[in-house]
Amino acid sequence: MDYSQFLVMKQEIALLVVFLLVFLYDTFMPRKALGAISGFATVLFALFTAGCFIWGEPASVDAFAGMYVTSPISAMIKNILNIGVLIVLVQSCKWVNSDNQLVRRGEFYELLLVTLFGMYLMISARHFLLFLIGLESASLPLAAMVAFDKHRYESHEAAVKYMLTAVFSSAIFMMGLSFVYGLSGSLYFEDIANQLGSQSNAMLVVALAFVISGIGFKLSLVPFHLWTADVYQGAPTPVTSYLSVISKGAAAFAFLVIMVQAFGQFYSGVWEWMLYALIIATITVGNLFAIRQKNLKRFLAFSSISQAGYIMLGIVGCNEMGLGAMMYYILVYIFSNLAAFGVIGAVENNTGKVEMTDYNGLSKTNPWLAFSMTLAMFSLAGIPPFAGFFSKFFIFTSAINQGSVAIYILVLIALINTIVSLYYYLLVVKAMYISPEEPVIARFRSACTERVGLWVTVLGIMLIGIASCIYNDILTTASLSDLFAFVK
Amino acid sequence: MFSNILIYFVVIPLLMLAGFAICKNEKQVRTVAVTGSILLLALSAKLLCDYIGWRNDGHMEEMYLVDHWSWFAPLHINLAVGVDGISIAMLILSSIIVFAGSFASWKIDDARHFFMWLILLSTGVFGFFISIDLFTMFMFYEVALIPMYLLIGVWGTGRKEYSAMKLTLMLMGGSAFIMLSLIGIYFHSAPEGSELTWNILEISKNASISTGWQYFLFPMCFVGFGVLGAMFPFHTWSPDGHACAPTAVSMLHAGVLMKLGGYGCFRVAMYLMPEAAQDLAWIFLILTGISVVYGAFSACVQTDLKYINAYSSVSHCGMVLFAILMINTTALTGAIMQMLSHGLMTALFFALIGMIYGRTHTRDIRLMGGLMKIMPFLGVSYVIAGMASLGLPGLSGFVAEMTIFVGSFEHPDMFHRVFTIVACCSIVITAVYILRVVGKLLFGPVQDPHHSELTDATWWERLSAITLIVSVAAIGCFPNFFESLIRFTFSPEIFRAIGLN
Repeated sequence: MDYSQFLVMKQEIALLVVFLLVFLYDTFMPRKALGAISGFATVLFALFTAGCFIWGEPASVDAFAGMYVTSPISAMIKNILNIGVLIVLVQSCKWVNSDNQLVRRGEFYELLLVTLFGMYLMISARHFLLFLIGLESASLPLAAMVAFDKHRYESHEAAVKYMLTAVFSSAIFMMGLSFVYGLSGSLYFEDIANQLGSQSNAMLVVALAFVISGIGFKLSLVPFHLWTADVYQGAPTPVTSYLSVISKGAAAFAFLVIMVQAFGQFYSGVWEWMLYALIIATITVGNLFAIRQKNLKRFLAFSSISQAGYIMLGIVGCNEMGLGAMMYYILVYIFSNLAAFGVIGAVENNTGKVEMTDYNGLSKTNPWLAFSMTLAMFSLAGIPPFAGFFSKFFIFTSAINQGSVAIYILVLIALINTIVSLYYYLLVVKAMYISPEEPVIARFRSACTERVGLWVTVLGIMLIGIASCIYNDILTTASLSDLFAFVK
Repeated sequence: MFSNILIYFVVIPLLMLAGFAICKNEKQVRTVAVTGSILLLALSAKLLCDYIGWRNDGHMEEMYLVDHWSWFAPLHINLAVGVDGISIAMLILSSIIVFAGSFASWKIDDARHFFMWLILLSTGVFGFFISIDLFTMFMFYEVALIPMYLLIGVWGTGRKEYSAMKLTLMLMGGSAFIMLSLIGIYFHSAPEGSELTWNILEISKNASISTGWQYFLFPMCFVGFGVLGAMFPFHTWSPDGHACAPTAVSMLHAGVLMKLGGYGCFRVAMYLMPEAAQDLAWIFLILTGISVVYGAFSACVQTDLKYINAYSSVSHCGMVLFAILMINTTALTGAIMQMLSHGLMTALFFALIGMIYGRTHTRDIRLMGGLMKIMPFLGVSYVIAGMASLGLPGLSGFVAEMTIFVGSFEHPDMFHRVFTIVACCSIVITAVYILRVVGKLLFGPVQDPHHSELTDATWWERLSAITLIVSVAAIGCFPNFFESLIRFTFSPEIFRAIGLN
């Protein structure tokens, strides 16, 4: 075996180095120095993120006989996720350093880096076994992270729920894989595409249904979403924000790669319709349930379910434009959702309140938090000139690019749903600005790291849309990818 | 700095926003607001002079100061600007109303945030009128809509939470339809094989949207913009929204924002999809005919001053869409005149209602009376606004409505004639509700003894009202000037829908 192949996995190896350094620091440094571990890990990760940007991926390279592929586009989605993780790390500093986590600070970072490593593998895998390894190492440590608040009952409950669904969905996914293997005799995406031919049959439809539902759990598409609200509510807020953006973004990209690379020729007529149904159900159900939520974390859970539906619209187009729009959507979604979670985390850390009614009159006592939350809500709802408008517009445009009347109807349903979502996003704004009740939350000064995290996300919301170079860059990179060679 | 002066219509409001952010007290806020709105007024006046000079030099191009800067290059999205007489008229209207609105909200609570949202709204309005790129147009359109939620919700009166939510959701619902139709237009904007575009001038030149697609896209686009134009049955946001909004917001909203609807209907829907406009106009003609009459009748039975005026706006804005759908030069000219006329007149109404409400703390006409003696300035201004609304010659309403009805009577067939006559009846109904209000509110005995201690308008209120009265009279006295400004766009070569007729 040629060991130089490992060098192709530059980003993964660099991430492992970061992980090992944090691990060594945690294990061997004297107890007194452990207080600095959050700073150490965050700075190290920031350097890693910057390094990934500087030494980008110039061309598409594969390793291990095509099991693993790295290309400009996969490097780009990893970079996007890195930015998100960095913001999560900055926002979580205060929580990690609180007294409850005293003994286990290091573990938070170690677990988080391992899951990120798993997501990297999911993104780059071109073989189902490697993908499965990535999927598992992205899921199981997350369950431990969800259970991190060991003094809270809900946290345990959430962890068990997450664990069970993760294992269950993997089982379903593998069931689908076994069918695919039986049909094609291979687990390489490319070989599957070549072996299956272009004739679909009942067996293949069943296999596809299993594969899609397996990943659907990860993406919390309806009807595989039932774990989401409880887990989001029970998990500690930094973990929730990590779950809702990073985990979702990686799974969405991996989903697209699997669908177009392994099953591209069955697009029209087979999984196109499955996807339509999933998207409509996801967006609508997510929205309708979000309206009734009183707890902001549950509220954002349902909002993120419906956002996942919009992300899926990028796959429906099945072209480079859709890929670009989807990645851009993920980027914008990371910033908008993290802004919202940043506010929720700051309020929760300082006052312990997470109910929507607790936010009544927040604009009077904490105007900057209320302002950031408003921007986040506007961006999630897709209001210009904030980034969310651009990402929504582009993802709709890319879907309609496909051209059929069915897609117009699909987009129309999605658009009408944006109005429903606007309603509940405005409910939060209403509580903060309009509600006549006396403010519940007194004025407080949030920690420096929380403020930095919020500033970054707010600036991102304001600039990512208007600064067109970001989208143009993503789309140019996406149009160079050869992912869609098999699509019919 | 920018060679194209149109850019300043967006730059000045943005600078104002930055100015509000650093203001220390209310006085500075007012200074920034007044300076900015005077600059905008001057800018639109300069633009008007330049444009007339340019036309007089014999230029036959469709639009003035056309320019574009690449924005999202892979999707062919540009920041494209350009104006013709109609957009200039709209820009002037907007800057007059922003100017008057700043004075009308001189003593508002928390002025800094109020003006921030108000000016963000007007950024959207100005940006919409200078854009000729569908994407930027739509973006500015939505920028103009969302500040309404907070402006009504925070500074409004009455059932403000309900009204703000209803207004925002209905208008955004309209814009969902607009978005879909715009994306549809984009993908059919050029013949097979050539580069797609969002630029309305190029799309109109290419004329490559097949009739089948037009049948699909035109209704969506027209309904989408029609919601903002208060077309029946999508007008229900308007009375509640206007009634609960603070004075300046009602002024800007009824005066300018509702014009965005009419402008969008004709600049996007009719201009880009003329065949469908020809064939489907009758459907919307029925709807707008209903809103003209229905709005007027509803105004008759209301007792809240703002509701009366809001329903009257439904009626008058219905007239705009009604005239646009007649698709001939005279009626379309009348539609634009009506937009100007209604914008100024209704802004004047809302300003006066706000001033009266600020004194009496009620808007119910049954609880007021004899105000003419107590506040003669406001009383006289109210009568002038009323006369403009019911179409007294010499004021703007007469010119606009006359042109519209002459234009729509040019259609020889039964259907159009009947609807023209029905719409004409609304003038009579308008007279009923205007005179009823004037009689109850301004004349007769004083209903509440406390009212006799009230004072007349302050200087800033007078300035606001006089600006609007002068503008209303100017349109009424010099209609030819405005007509010549508008006429060029409505030649059959440019506005293809007329040519098809």
